Amino acid sequence: MKKQLFLLLPLLAFLAVGVFFYSALFSDPRELESALVGKPVPEFELPNLLEPNQTVSQQAFGDGPYLLNVWATWCPTCRAEHEYLNTLAAQGVKIIGLNYKDEPAKARMWLAQLGDPYVLNVMDYEGTLAIDLGVYGAPETFIVDSNGMILYRHVGDVNARVWQAKLADIYRQAGGL
Amino acid sequence: MIAEWGHIAQILALICACLLAVIPMVGSYRGYINWMQLARPLAQLQFLFVAIAFAALCYAFIQDDFTISYVAQNSNSKLPWYYKLSAVWGAHEGSLLLWILMLSGWQAAVSVFSRALPLVAIARVLAVMGLISIGFLTFIQFTSNPFETLLPFYPVDGRDLNPLLQDVGLIMHPPMLYMGYVGFAVAFAFAIAALLSGQLDAAWARWSRPWTLAAWISLTVGIALGSWWAYYELGWGGWWFWDPVENASFMPWLAGTALIHSLAVCEKRGVFKLWTVLLALSAFSLSLLGTFLVRSGVLVSVHAFASDPSRGLFILAFLFLVIGGSLGLFAWKGAAIKSRGQYEVVSRETLLLGNNLLLVTATLVVLVGTIWPLIHKEIGWGTISVGPPFFNLLFSILVVPFVFLLGLGPLARWRRQSMAKWRQRILFALGLSISSGIVLNAVFGDVQEFHAALGVVLGIWVVICTLQELLSHQHGNQTLWQALSKLSRSHWGMVLGHLGFAMSVVGIALTSTYTTERDVRMQPGDTQPLAGYVVKFEQVGPMQGPNYRGTAGEFSVWDGDKQIAQLHAEKRQYLASGSMMTEAAIDAGFFRDLFIALGEPLGGDAWAVRLHYKPFVRWIWLGALVMSFGGGLAIFDRRYRVARRRQSSPAQAVQTTEGEAG
Repeated sequence: MKKQLFLLLPLLAFLAVGVFFYSALFSDPRELESALVGKPVPEFELPNLLEPNQTVSQQAFGDGPYLLNVWATWCPTCRAEHEYLNTLAAQGVKIIGLNYKDEPAKARMWLAQLGDPYVLNVMDYEGTLAIDLGVYGAPETFIVDSNGMILYRHVGDVNARVWQAKLADIYRQAGGL
Repeated sequence: MIAEWGHIAQILALICACLLAVIPMVGSYRGYINWMQLARPLAQLQFLFVAIAFAALCYAFIQDDFTISYVAQNSNSKLPWYYKLSAVWGAHEGSLLLWILMLSGWQAAVSVFSRALPLVAIARVLAVMGLISIGFLTFIQFTSNPFETLLPFYPVDGRDLNPLLQDVGLIMHPPMLYMGYVGFAVAFAFAIAALLSGQLDAAWARWSRPWTLAAWISLTVGIALGSWWAYYELGWGGWWFWDPVENASFMPWLAGTALIHSLAVCEKRGVFKLWTVLLALSAFSLSLLGTFLVRSGVLVSVHAFASDPSRGLFILAFLFLVIGGSLGLFAWKGAAIKSRGQYEVVSRETLLLGNNLLLVTATLVVLVGTIWPLIHKEIGWGTISVGPPFFNLLFSILVVPFVFLLGLGPLARWRRQSMAKWRQRILFALGLSISSGIVLNAVFGDVQEFHAALGVVLGIWVVICTLQELLSHQHGNQTLWQALSKLSRSHWGMVLGHLGFAMSVVGIALTSTYTTERDVRMQPGDTQPLAGYVVKFEQVGPMQGPNYRGTAGEFSVWDGDKQIAQLHAEKRQYLASGSMMTEAAIDAGFFRDLFIALGEPLGGDAWAVRLHYKPFVRWIWLGALVMSFGGGLAIFDRRYRVARRRQSSPAQAVQTTEGEAG
């Protein structure tokens, strides 16, 4: 009896994983509520990725609204979304980058190769600002209004579908575009 | 016109596969000899048709036949001919056809090199492979047909091959990789046939071994090529990224490595039968799973193929059928299988089992790390990426006990090893490897770099254990040379496999620790120090390629007053797609690579330049080549040919090979 159970184990494990595969085929990236929605962007002082000698705080972000995009070169999903960020930037959407626990040299190389959609990039080598923001992984994107308040948090890649379905409206209502 | 012929051949191949899956299988149960005898010709015919289809697609690429949608999307008239050819497998549809070509090729090979097999066995093995072929041929025919035409409106020129793929490394990488992936289908089919007949014996293990080794070799070389390509082409100097696509090839490799070892135990000692059969099913199942992950779009990856839910659904249904079916068969038939051999706790069997478990753990680590983002998303916790820190940490932990057991395994006897005789050797090897590893790292590197020291210790441990094992074959008044020349090829295969692995471990540890990377601003005439050398930026200027234009930078590298290298780095912009590519300049050496890449222009003639010094990076790939060479020796071991010539029964064959190590 015990042997039978052991023999069944691989099949059961596969079926369990298979169910996830099935639902993954049809699912949308879900949203994740942030405790910070409706609150201001936490205070910070971090170096500028492209000019490491210069430190920036949220004053440097200037007027909103803007997207605060958490990314890293070790994150394949970020690479997938990068092209769409370039498209958005070309349309005049203001995007600020938070380079999360990354090697600065690789990050700069990435921007040089794939294009730089960001107005400004904060280098969060230790991940301190990301912790304050409650960042779970990369990529994540926050919509921040002109008063520096977080309006919305999107977990996962930003693509045309997500942008049109959700983010664009929030961004426009905040006075963007 | 040629394209239509290719399409027809593809359909004929599908028909052959259907016949192959049904007729010999039914024949094997009914006892119709002439039905079973159809297996071989049908397998060969299927290969012929797939080869015609593949050749037709190649011809369409060479001839710039942009009436075919797949050609128009992935090729361009300005592309050099060799890239036109590699563009055949540059995207989803064509690479799927390549996959099918490989599968049919393996099938045909099994049908040719299986004279010693009983007819029932060969009929079932080929029928199972035919069943797998049906899945892939239906998939390509109905969801991903490379022969779809754009008539009557077709473009004047094509969209060009993804520039990342316009590279020599990419011509060979996918074929090798697929050959390995698909090669595990043979071991899978043998396992299914054995489960169906209930005869899981030494003969089954012996038949499976050379095929499994062949697949494993291809996969090893394929993965090494991919890593090497990523290193010089992506421009970051990294050689492994734990990307889902890389993981998809790494999982079958880990399971396959476990399989070739457990097959050896199974053949020689008749134990671990269930375990071995499960590994044989898993290795190919993981290949299929990788295909699903890469081609269905459920995971986002740097080199994922264009995603399409209908394709994903098809592969998933196929996965359920093949993996679910085979694991179900395992659960159903497995209970009847008994392992007959006896062994004690301290024995080679236990050590091999230990390493098998570690390899399977490593496979599960990669699997969990790869699909965790997907499960995470489905539970509703949002999208995340599991980064390299997770994998690196777990692998650096797992490798220590793994290498420890790897050294001990060959030193131990089958069945039972006396501790007293063993202890001295182990202590000697341990003492020597730890002390020399630490000293070497302190002298040539940095005392404080624990990981580098560990890597060197592990490498020396394997070398010493292997040498001890070789020396132990010298008995009486034999010279060492006489003793060594008596060892079988598969024994040397094991020796090289282990030494190659040690080489890769040392390479990985030293490269990861001692790499120097500098990003500097340079103008022509500037010099920069790099790990004891001086790099001089000679000149920079525009350049023109066949389908791109760009900037070329010339660098010279000096060691004191002596120039040791002249390097040429490029930054290219491809005309059809506009994308930018970095061609790094590399001065390769056995002990170190110097790597120079142009970053971005900084105004005037100044450029951001990346300078890397990468010690021992070649060892990673050389180690993989040494491992594969070892695998090759094992395939050509005499006993496989002896067994074939004698047409021997399984029982006799076991006797002829008993007592050999390996």
